[in-house]
Amino acid sequence: MSPELVFQQALNGLSFGALLFILAAGLSLVFGMMDVVNLAHGAFYMLGAYVALSVVQRTGSFWLAMVVAPLALAALGLVLEPLLLRRLRGRHLDQVLLTIGVSLVVVDQIGVVWGREVRSLAAPAGLDGSVALYGGDYPLYRLFVIGFGVALAALLSYVYSRTKVGMRIRAGVEDAEMLGALGVDTDRLFALTFAAGAALAGLAGVVAAPVFGLQPGMDLDALLYSLVVVVVGGLGTLGGAVAGSVLVGPADTFGKVVFQEFALAVIFAIVALVLLLKPTGLLGRIRIAR
Amino acid sequence: MTAALEVSGLHAYYGESHVLQGVDLAVGSGEAVALVGRNGAGKTTTIAAIVGFLRPRAGRVLVNGRDLTGAPPHRIARSGVALCPQGRRIFGDLSVRENLALAARPTTDGWDEARVLELFPGLARRLVVRAELLSGGEQQMLAIARALMRNPALLILDEPSEGLAPKLVGDLGAALLRLRATGLAILLIEQNLTLATAVGQRVQVMSKGAVVFGGTPAELAAARDIETRYLGI
Repeated sequence: MSPELVFQQALNGLSFGALLFILAAGLSLVFGMMDVVNLAHGAFYMLGAYVALSVVQRTGSFWLAMVVAPLALAALGLVLEPLLLRRLRGRHLDQVLLTIGVSLVVVDQIGVVWGREVRSLAAPAGLDGSVALYGGDYPLYRLFVIGFGVALAALLSYVYSRTKVGMRIRAGVEDAEMLGALGVDTDRLFALTFAAGAALAGLAGVVAAPVFGLQPGMDLDALLYSLVVVVVGGLGTLGGAVAGSVLVGPADTFGKVVFQEFALAVIFAIVALVLLLKPTGLLGRIRIAR
Repeated sequence: MTAALEVSGLHAYYGESHVLQGVDLAVGSGEAVALVGRNGAGKTTTIAAIVGFLRPRAGRVLVNGRDLTGAPPHRIARSGVALCPQGRRIFGDLSVRENLALAARPTTDGWDEARVLELFPGLARRLVVRAELLSGGEQQMLAIARALMRNPALLILDEPSEGLAPKLVGDLGAALLRLRATGLAILLIEQNLTLATAVGQRVQVMSKGAVVFGGTPAELAAARDIETRYLGI
């Protein structure tokens, strides 16, 4: 590989990592707080992308879509958690089945509403060009994705460590029952957490759409990669989502360049290696492997 | 005057196992009651049913005269009950200060950070430390301090002496007596009979899911058979 190609692929890897972070942050938050592996997370991501498509078609504004799609997904989460998930608290297998069911319904309805052909979403005006960087032109939008991912990580980290709601989230991840005994309405906190997780999935869907397009099956790719990221990084911590995405994004990108069709094997080799050496994931507190 | 806590005919199950078989228990306003009994007698389960961790199948839980049977933990907490649970259950990932702030329910002239630090001066120089790095004794102080930040009418402590060195058990007893003197109602679950009878103005003995004896520490001391039948090893 020429140094120019390495440089370009490194940027690709980082922008993929930034997308993975947006996606995995929500999955990890919901798991850490509610002990639920939300297998509808990929479907939420897909729905976010399609809602964005409609918003852009109606209004022409990508930036409006970046606000509307997460809000729509948050609203969906606020309905689903009390209606369905809350009834199954503590019943892990049933929750897994339920979220698979939700994801099937959501994906099928997307097909009914938006159709099943491949669609694309243009990058917003001003970010649709490319910029001359070391050894060639590089798409401006991908640089924006990296910057956005970093900014979001900084924002979430501020919320986690410096605000009252962040304090409650960290406490709830450790011991939600005890948090309830201190007067915090954990039912409400769980509903808001699930909504925030869904909103982050939707946001990832919007941001990813100009890069990867919209098509059937995108939900499963997103789910697979976000699960890999949280397992590698460690479940339930923001730092884990950062570490996992920074590792998996570039590894997957370089894996695809070097091994082509074996790229997925590279990812799972990383998963196996991390779990062998550190059963909690890189920065996690919860044991994933025994 | 309404009792701080009135539990009557409480039945609760863990799965199929009938753990509480009609528990009757009362804590008067400003009174300190000790609940003692062997391991497995149902003391911690009684607490779980009172604070809302476990939904009772039958019976009533009244807090300051209000029926809160089966209410969620946050509603019971907001009605004036604070728990210092078995195993402390402090938030290890949070700093000492955050553990206190999380519980804060400020009232005028009530408990706040400055006042709990007066009661437990050892915590003052540990405020910014992650709570999991505290020693066992410091964690116990933090768990009590955190409960006090709720400004409760009733403080429930579940085995606070567990795992503490004898010197620290003495300090704990002194702190609990100071709290009793402020007029705070206390329900103290203890295996350590010396501590239980020092703090409790009344002692209730539990066995096999029910309260089998109730009386003053002196009455308990006089009833030798109670101690051998329900408390000795």
